[in-house]
Amino acid sequence: MIAIPQEISTAKTSVTASALRDPDWLKYGLIAVALSFIFLFLCLPLGLVIFQAFSKGLVAFWEALSQPDTLAAIKLTLLTALITVPLNTVFGIAAAWAITRFEFKGKSFLTTLIDLPFSVSPVISGVIFVLLFGLQGVFGSWLSGHDIKIIFAVPGIILATLFVTFPFVARQLIPLMQEMGHEEEEAALSLGASGWQMFFQITLPNIKWALLYGVLLCNARAMGEFGAVSVVSGHIRGLTNTLPLQVEVSYNDYDVVGAFASASILASLAIVTLVLKTLLEWKQGIR
Amino acid sequence: MQAHQLTRQISLLLQLTAVFVLLLSFSGHAYAERTILNVSYDPTRELYKEYNGLFKKHWQELKKEEIDIQQSHGGGGKQARAVLDGLEADVVTLAVAFDIDQLYSKARLIPENWQSLLPNNSSPYTSTIVFVVRKGNPKQIKDWADLTKDGVSVVTPNPKTSGGARWNYLAAWAYALKHNNNSEDAAKAFIGKLYKNAAVLDTGARGSTTSFVERGIADVLITWENEAYLVLNEFGADKYEVVTPSFSILTEPPVTVVEKVAKKNGNLDIAQEYLKYLYSPQAQEVIAKNHYRPAGKDAIAKYAKQFPDLELVTIAQLGGWNEVQKKHFADDGIFDQVYEAK
Repeated sequence: MIAIPQEISTAKTSVTASALRDPDWLKYGLIAVALSFIFLFLCLPLGLVIFQAFSKGLVAFWEALSQPDTLAAIKLTLLTALITVPLNTVFGIAAAWAITRFEFKGKSFLTTLIDLPFSVSPVISGVIFVLLFGLQGVFGSWLSGHDIKIIFAVPGIILATLFVTFPFVARQLIPLMQEMGHEEEEAALSLGASGWQMFFQITLPNIKWALLYGVLLCNARAMGEFGAVSVVSGHIRGLTNTLPLQVEVSYNDYDVVGAFASASILASLAIVTLVLKTLLEWKQGIR
Repeated sequence: MQAHQLTRQISLLLQLTAVFVLLLSFSGHAYAERTILNVSYDPTRELYKEYNGLFKKHWQELKKEEIDIQQSHGGGGKQARAVLDGLEADVVTLAVAFDIDQLYSKARLIPENWQSLLPNNSSPYTSTIVFVVRKGNPKQIKDWADLTKDGVSVVTPNPKTSGGARWNYLAAWAYALKHNNNSEDAAKAFIGKLYKNAAVLDTGARGSTTSFVERGIADVLITWENEAYLVLNEFGADKYEVVTPSFSILTEPPVTVVEKVAKKNGNLDIAQEYLKYLYSPQAQEVIAKNHYRPAGKDAIAKYAKQFPDLELVTIAQLGGWNEVQKKHFADDGIFDQVYEAK
């Protein structure tokens, strides 16, 4: 840092402070706008979901959730998250490592590619899989000849979810690892640490909060994804409906309690995610 | 050390994950019973829920075998597309014959003569297209002509994705032809005005019902007769009224066994019986109870009061599905022309 002479520095602060002091009406006005927006578009709908879920009482809510189709949807959602999140965690670390620790041709192109699932509409990612693995698709006849089901079965749902959630972990890690630099890792290596030792004792502790944050976001999206999964699901009741799809099915069955009961599970997942996210940000802040 | 702890935690997490996944995959195989998949269109949810219970009992009595029946519902066109793309339906019960024809013409999943394999052009139930309006009928909607008036807002699904929507469209088309000395230009203008009044085009009939009932959109819902009565049952006859127009179309939603898939899955015997049993008196009773017009004579007589008599045009009179589809719903067909002109 460059040392600034005392008098100049104080003069500068007082000038900027007075110039930048906003009128109170603006401050409170903006706060009011933000708060009412949050209330109207966040708290109110969330409250309504929970209200509707319990509109016919706790028993009806519990019965709606313990229907075989809903249970199957919960199970499938958990299974999907349990497979996609660890895979994308490993992938995210590997991708972030490759991008921040090595120099190679096409590196910026790879970075852009990792972001692709963010910029492509989920419906399109679903259709891509249908075009690849559907009966009329590129590998369709080979797959059906070998009796391998991908589309309209669990593997298709997992693939689609994997696709839409893969940027989350890598996106969190890349900026952090770029900022960190290599010095600590090089020191470890020069002191005789093996590659894995360096990773587990130096890199991982440094990135763990960002990593957990990425995993959390990845998990929330994996459980909540609708568009891509809807295309490849086939909507077979009790078999290929994830929780978000089950919400739609119940709603269209005029089963309002069922729809909102499923929705309330997803909503509570969102709240848990939000709390954990805040905790992680706070941890990251005090680190 | 902290790092060791983290490593241990991660490996524990991975182990737990593996155990959980294993458990889940085992629980999926706990049922050894045979299962068939019925891929159907949108408004048949309640009908097949009830019929599946009946059929499972029937099969149990017939063969002493427990079976399970899975359902998938959605817009008819979309569902046919999914079966073409590999959704392994043992039977399809769709809204229009044209969608089932695709399973022959695009992928040879069924024989060409599929529609002659079961009675009544393979339609175990029929229906027609009617209107649902809000109680008291504030816009005084009585017939198709009222739907084209200024200030009337209509809900009907998209004919590109929904079979029901195509029936709606064709009923309006036939009405317009009849009242304009068969002038196609006049009919096009009529259809154009009707779709100009469409507030939203959902992908399936059920989506339209939801738009009309839950979201409170529009003055009138054009829909299947069975769906219309379901609205009264579910949401109260004190809030809605069914209006039967003077003239409509005989909708024949056909069913067929997807032979190639059913054979491969070893379900051909169940699939065939599943559809054949739809014509039995017991099933026809369920059909009539769910407000579909039964095909069996006894059920027709018994439920005659429930189904108002009206003049019905058939799809054959309009030239059959292949011609109708090409003329009206193919890309740049009459529907595209009038809807884009909007």
